[in-house]
Amino acid sequence: MNIDIDTIIFDVLIPVIKIIVMILFPMIMVMVMLWVERRGIAFLQERLGPNRVGFQGILQPIADTIKMLFKEDIIQRQSDKLIFNIAPVVVLATSLLAFCFIPVGMTMSIGSYNLTFWVAESPVGLLITLGISSLSVLGIVFAGWASNSKYSLLGGLRSVVQLLSYEIPIGLTVLTVVLASGSMNFIDIVNKQNEMGIWFAFMMPVSCVVFWIAAMAECNRSPFDIVEADSELVAGFHTEYSGIKFGYFFMAEYAHMVLVSSLMVVFFFGGGLPIFPNVEFLWFLHYIPGFVWYFIKIMFFLYLFVWIRGTFPRYRFDGLIRLVWKWLVPLSLLNLIVVAIIRMIV
Amino acid sequence: MDSKFLEINMGPQHPSTHGVLNLKLSLDNEVVVKVEPNLGYLHRGMEKLWENRTYAQVVPFTDRLDYFCAISNNLGYVLAVEKLMGLEIPKRAQYIRVILTEIQRIVNHIGWLGFVTNDAGAYYTINFYTFEEREEYLEIFEEYVGARLTINAIRIGGVPFDIDDKLISMIEKALVETEKKIKDIDKIVTRNRIWLHRTKGVGVFSAEDAVQFGLTGPALRASGVKWDIRKDIPYSSYDEFDFDVPTGTAGDIYDRYLVRVEEIKQSMRIIRQAIKNLPSGEIAAKVPKVLKIPEGEIFHSIEAPKGELGFYIKSNGTDKPERVKMKSPSFINMQSLESMCKGNMLADVVVILGSLDVLLGEIDK
Repeated sequence: MNIDIDTIIFDVLIPVIKIIVMILFPMIMVMVMLWVERRGIAFLQERLGPNRVGFQGILQPIADTIKMLFKEDIIQRQSDKLIFNIAPVVVLATSLLAFCFIPVGMTMSIGSYNLTFWVAESPVGLLITLGISSLSVLGIVFAGWASNSKYSLLGGLRSVVQLLSYEIPIGLTVLTVVLASGSMNFIDIVNKQNEMGIWFAFMMPVSCVVFWIAAMAECNRSPFDIVEADSELVAGFHTEYSGIKFGYFFMAEYAHMVLVSSLMVVFFFGGGLPIFPNVEFLWFLHYIPGFVWYFIKIMFFLYLFVWIRGTFPRYRFDGLIRLVWKWLVPLSLLNLIVVAIIRMIV
Repeated sequence: MDSKFLEINMGPQHPSTHGVLNLKLSLDNEVVVKVEPNLGYLHRGMEKLWENRTYAQVVPFTDRLDYFCAISNNLGYVLAVEKLMGLEIPKRAQYIRVILTEIQRIVNHIGWLGFVTNDAGAYYTINFYTFEEREEYLEIFEEYVGARLTINAIRIGGVPFDIDDKLISMIEKALVETEKKIKDIDKIVTRNRIWLHRTKGVGVFSAEDAVQFGLTGPALRASGVKWDIRKDIPYSSYDEFDFDVPTGTAGDIYDRYLVRVEEIKQSMRIIRQAIKNLPSGEIAAKVPKVLKIPEGEIFHSIEAPKGELGFYIKSNGTDKPERVKMKSPSFINMQSLESMCKGNMLADVVVILGSLDVLLGEIDK
């Protein structure tokens, strides 16, 4: 058996580096988002926010993390200890795992080697990603149940109803993307947008908006944060968690936000493509690498999360369910039919 | 516990019970079946304390009752004492009292706006906007008496200090700022669909129920009962001012919100009139150093920002009151919480509690 140096580099070393980078990427984004969220919300609320640790407070997330690591890890005597300990890991692991199919940039040619910006490519990558990301509800239910606290239990119960309801409009809108691109492979979806020269957001605005609303609900973010609902349920499913276990839930929430923003960018805003990819006189935009475009785009959506959180009150439970079953599901079904008919004709 | 309902102890350590209040909730899924307020965590024995203090020494204690609007408490107690003494207060002092208490009303209502939107889940944004506004008025109080929160700005017989031009210009500036801020908040909140969803038709209380439960203040007026002591039994020269009493129709949280916003505007009108027509003269009547009040009893109530605030005083001829009983609006309004919450959801309980504008310092005394 002859193992040459090329095989080691291209088949072992680079994939391993990619995996490490893709695990670190959401974690680093969590740090970035911590700062963006706290400063962003402070900006909206006419105050300063953390600005003491490092330049403009950029080291604040690190200080927060250290604080969390050193806090006492309290496990309630009457909690179900095994499940109580597993829950944060399940939530965080599923959020991170879902990143493996996300293309965070376009293919880049270095000499004869084509550097790709995704860990794995699969013809059903979309299905796997949606499947994995919706598994995180399991961890939330675990946490709610195992804490043996009524607030946590209510939070867990709410999360099941909320997340399962909002899976439906997400599935239906993603189907329109699949119809338009003819593939369930993320890379093909991006390439199709390149070929057509138009982002799917402008082709299917209804899908885009419905997906965004449903995705916000999927991440338990305001105004759909009834699972955590700090003014009613104290902290919802993670009321009893402290220290780094709470930190896991926190990181998972932010990783989920990054994931949802990534999906939004890949499905509707051309992934790592520059704006107007086919317009001739904007050729110079192609010199900016794909991952930069991707980063700019996800930062926009991540800031949108913060912006919305700083603006709206929270939905009540029944209003949330009414919104999805009376508006989003029929709307996305209708949208699916319309897209399918147009697709048949064109 | 063989109840088929989920029993939850909400508070006293809970982010949105407005202080140390314990609510025993029975829930059927998320629907509220029973609410049992459990009071007394902030009990300081105020009424008993007052029996061992002279009449003038009681005044600073009243700041600590409803610590969000201290001046209104001062005025309620002082007016009762003056009525018992039969003391005539100079016009200028009465006008200054009106200005101070109306500023206090604006501070209370604008602060309430921030709290209640926070209860509804708006992440502190409106709260910070309103607190920025409240800060302007606190600076006015600081300029006037030197205190910011527990302001002891009213004395038996009048007011401690006169109002000068600097203070008047500060007040006028703050009023203009508040007008702008109210417009801003109106843009964010009033027609916001989620806000409408959280407040319209929630915590509905009919006019008959409101009267029967003795509901007072903006919550009563939101139910459609036009009852404002400033208008109906005027005290402290309120009959010389031109202002409207806003009322609602539905008696839900949304109407309470609208009534309070309108009351802020009316308070501004009153302050502007008071500043314009401020009479000259003394700021305090002559009161003996050792205040001995002949035997007798009195009940006097004023329209505090939270509702009808009444003081019952019984004197026995010495320099100390024999008994002072306080009728606090928060305590009275708390009674109707259960009837408002029944059939609503858990999330509504906090918003309804917020909309009643209760304050535990006043409930537990």
